[in-house]
Amino acid sequence: MVAEKIITPKLAVRDLNFFYGTFRALNDINLTIPEKMVTAFIGPSGCGKSTLLRTFNRMYQLYPKQKATGEVMLDGENILDKKQDLNTLRAKIGMVFQKPTPFPMSIYDNIAFGARLYERLSRHDMDERVEWALKKAALWAEVKDKLKQSGTSLSGGQQQRLCIARAIAVKPQVLLLDEPTSALDPISTAHIEKLIDELKAEFTIVIVTHNMQQAARVSDYTAYMYLGDLIEFGDTSTVFTNPRRKETEDYITGRFG
Amino acid sequence: MFTLYARRRLINALSLGISVLAMLFGLFWLGWILVTLLDHGLPALNSAVFTRMTPPPGSSGGLLNAIFGSLMMTLIATLIGTPIGILAGTYLAEFGQRGWLAPVTRFINDVLLSAPSIVIGMFIYEIYVIRVGHFSGWGGALALSVLVIPVVIRTTENMLRLVPNTLREAAAALGAPQWKIISFVTLRASRAGILTGILLAVARISGETAPLLFTALNNQFWSSNMNQPMANLPVVIFQFAMSPYDDWHNLAWAGALLITFGVLTLNIVARVVFRQSATAH
Repeated sequence: MVAEKIITPKLAVRDLNFFYGTFRALNDINLTIPEKMVTAFIGPSGCGKSTLLRTFNRMYQLYPKQKATGEVMLDGENILDKKQDLNTLRAKIGMVFQKPTPFPMSIYDNIAFGARLYERLSRHDMDERVEWALKKAALWAEVKDKLKQSGTSLSGGQQQRLCIARAIAVKPQVLLLDEPTSALDPISTAHIEKLIDELKAEFTIVIVTHNMQQAARVSDYTAYMYLGDLIEFGDTSTVFTNPRRKETEDYITGRFG
Repeated sequence: MFTLYARRRLINALSLGISVLAMLFGLFWLGWILVTLLDHGLPALNSAVFTRMTPPPGSSGGLLNAIFGSLMMTLIATLIGTPIGILAGTYLAEFGQRGWLAPVTRFINDVLLSAPSIVIGMFIYEIYVIRVGHFSGWGGALALSVLVIPVVIRTTENMLRLVPNTLREAAAALGAPQWKIISFVTLRASRAGILTGILLAVARISGETAPLLFTALNNQFWSSNMNQPMANLPVVIFQFAMSPYDDWHNLAWAGALLITFGVLTLNIVARVVFRQSATAH
């Protein structure tokens, strides 16, 4: 499924190291994430896949003891540069978390919250934006009659799609998904996986997952990580059927991890 | 095997019994207090209590000026103390991870939280009452607000810390600046808890006597001038209960009943508010 697409790099990671205090969690990571495709990070717990994902929107800056060195280039600009404005960066790179995180406000305001940070939209335009985002997240049909209700009143799977809608309402270029289905039941998971497949037409998607079948199902490219090293990176079918490295094969076949 | 199980059951029954006894012992005194209050207070409670002023010895009267004074000073103290407490508590919870200022503030706040209220009264007497030259309602409200602040700081900080970090991360990931994250997401998520804290602070100050003795003192007549000595329930109760007159004793009982049930109601409201928000999430 990769073949017909023209591959342009969106994010380029160069010699990236990451530290929790003095503990080094990522070792000289180098990889390129292609535009408008799904890239999956897999690996056992503690291998650094979420850490890597969280450097792309500099989430780690909320915590004083965490720091990253190296480069992450987004369209030719180093986002780890101190001059990079965090709010503009996060307008370009959205994120969805493991547990659904609806804000304590109405469904409508949940979606509008992010959009209002960057654009001054008229009432009508905002209504359209909210509808657009909810439709993209395949949630519109379920919530269109209760937009004023609290976002926390939705089911877990709906809450997660609400969070996806909230992220894309800002119109980002890249969408980071940190184990987005690990707290959901199989039906909600299927919903979200289908959604990922549709969203990649417009967004570059990076997904961290514990579930190898999920990585095989949704991603075009896969990175296998272990103990802070990038062991193998390539197109998903190759990584899963014909891995270059023995460690990758052991993990994928379930002999390890 | 069986004896071990029997032993466990015995110990379980024993500790359950002791716990229930301790609970009944504690509750007994509370119940006794309430019964005594109702016993003496209810007969003294009539419409005059709410319509007439505190009387001179030997004549009949009510507590209107004292009830009004208490409400005024509690209200003003809450209006002064709540914003300061919420802002300081927000600082401690949201910005207090680095540096020395937050731990020091937290420690001082803990000291303030357990400071004897008479010390607060003397403090306001020293810095305010002496300077203006007379007792006043403002002085009383100031002293009470000093009692409100540490309670609100503590509950605000605790409630904000209960907000999961993932919610902050989610707001930050959208690119929201920190002031927006705090005012639209975290404070909103913990508003019921903070409201509970404010109600408990109000309950705490509405029965305080010592800080008012040195500041608002008392006033036998109707006065809504905050710049004059002001009547208030706790000091009236103190003064009337210590007197040798039966009329005054009865009014003191009525006042005590009013304060106790006011505080009880506030506590119940606080619990209901908190529980409703807990089920909503």
